[in-house]
Amino acid sequence: MLIGRPVDVKSSEITPESLYVNRREWLASAAAGAVALSVFGPAARAQDPQPVGRPFGLQPDDKPTPWQDVTTYNNFYEFGTDKSDPAQNSKNFKPLPWTITVDGMASKPGKFQLEDFIKPSTVEDRIYRHRCVEAWSMVIPWRGIPLADVIKRAEPLASAKYVAFTTLMDPSRMPGQQLGVLDWPYTEGLRLDEALHPLAFLATGLYGRTLPNQNGAPVRLVVPWKYGFKGIKSIVRMTFTDKQPKTAWNTQTPNEYGFYSNVNPAVDHPRWSQAKERRIGEFLRRPTLPFNGYADQVASLYAGMDLKKNY
Amino acid sequence: MKEPRGFGVALIAASLLPAAYAVYGLASDILRGTRVLGSNPIKEGEHFLGEWTLRFLIFTLAITPLRQILKWNWLAKHRRTLGLFAFAYGVMHWLVYIFLDIQLDLQEMVTDVIKRPYILIGSLGLLLMVPLALTSTKRMIARLGGKLWNRLHKLVYVTSVLGVVHFWMSVKADITRPALFAACFVALFGYRIWKWRSQAAPA
Repeated sequence: MLIGRPVDVKSSEITPESLYVNRREWLASAAAGAVALSVFGPAARAQDPQPVGRPFGLQPDDKPTPWQDVTTYNNFYEFGTDKSDPAQNSKNFKPLPWTITVDGMASKPGKFQLEDFIKPSTVEDRIYRHRCVEAWSMVIPWRGIPLADVIKRAEPLASAKYVAFTTLMDPSRMPGQQLGVLDWPYTEGLRLDEALHPLAFLATGLYGRTLPNQNGAPVRLVVPWKYGFKGIKSIVRMTFTDKQPKTAWNTQTPNEYGFYSNVNPAVDHPRWSQAKERRIGEFLRRPTLPFNGYADQVASLYAGMDLKKNY
Repeated sequence: MKEPRGFGVALIAASLLPAAYAVYGLASDILRGTRVLGSNPIKEGEHFLGEWTLRFLIFTLAITPLRQILKWNWLAKHRRTLGLFAFAYGVMHWLVYIFLDIQLDLQEMVTDVIKRPYILIGSLGLLLMVPLALTSTKRMIARLGGKLWNRLHKLVYVTSVLGVVHFWMSVKADITRPALFAACFVALFGYRIWKWRSQAAPA
């Protein structure tokens, strides 16, 4: 079942000409790149869906990572700690019906069925770069809505400075939660101005399809300028608060995973360099870009901050 | 049980299988775009070869207890094969790290060794296997004399500890696998301590 069908308008009517012309050029260069790299990069299988969506902040040689990799190489510890575990162990997970609770410092808190939560917004397909803290990366066509939409609808109070997110806690449905690898349930958070940034996204789909379980069904966060673990999956709660919320990986290993976790090639993880990354499907490593290539759009959020301290 | 015919050859052939799989998987995934080792074949291959290094260390250290408990004395002469395979897998693990993972980025290699204790520990573990491999020939045993050779080869215990610590420190959160390896080494060390104490105790 699809959550929130896109409105029935031709993309040419809503996309400015310059953008779709760019997109055509981009598609052509992506195709050329695909041919050049085919000796290294695994090919997409014929039966898999084709990427759809507007590219956001892609580099000229970025091309969407094949569906097969995006859906079988996952970090989703609620379904196991090996990359292949989530696809295996989430097969029988039934995400719907799904309720999201919005609470804390907001004028319009409430409990929502996921469909009602998404429905007021226009669903978009966006192709984003994705950089994992483990120094691998992908390019992923997400489907979803801007996070800012749901935040504005909740009308946070002026005193609210952060929004905290919580994943479903249900060890019977998420067997990974039976192991004490992390302090379950998984939690994440953003500063309110980060959450309101137009790039911050709530994904309910992938490659134009409903979000697969292993990718965080039925709804997950996507913050493309931050390391992937900030993209909390299977969200059941959003809480507005005036205190910096506790986040799962920061609680687990504070010196390795900070609250901000902006992609930053200049700040190493204590156990590995973040200067380069391996794009899934490519042989040679690429240089990692500040804010994962979104610096133009997001660097101003952190003006004056010491990014080495606030890693 | 007596030594089965062809045991030595079969052991070598079996020991080569994981390496063959890793080499095939890496070559095929990188050159032909398959996913034999998965979506991130270089990391997978690196980890695969690292774990097999530890497995061969465990096999090597298991020879003595097995020989003594089962009274299969013929096992002793195969310990060298297993030890050399442990070294070979360690070298392959390191080659994948240097050539495929960090791709000869020497600056990164230097900072890795200086700033990342688990890489320093792993490198030390591998280096300590070099003298053991070099002195594994019959001629070297004769030249060193059994006593000195035996003392030198106690380094395998240090390498084993360094190897498990290296693995343990490299994982992000789920320590199940390193803990399993550690448990094997604890059992093998424990057997030796128990044996040594029962022999040292007055009759």
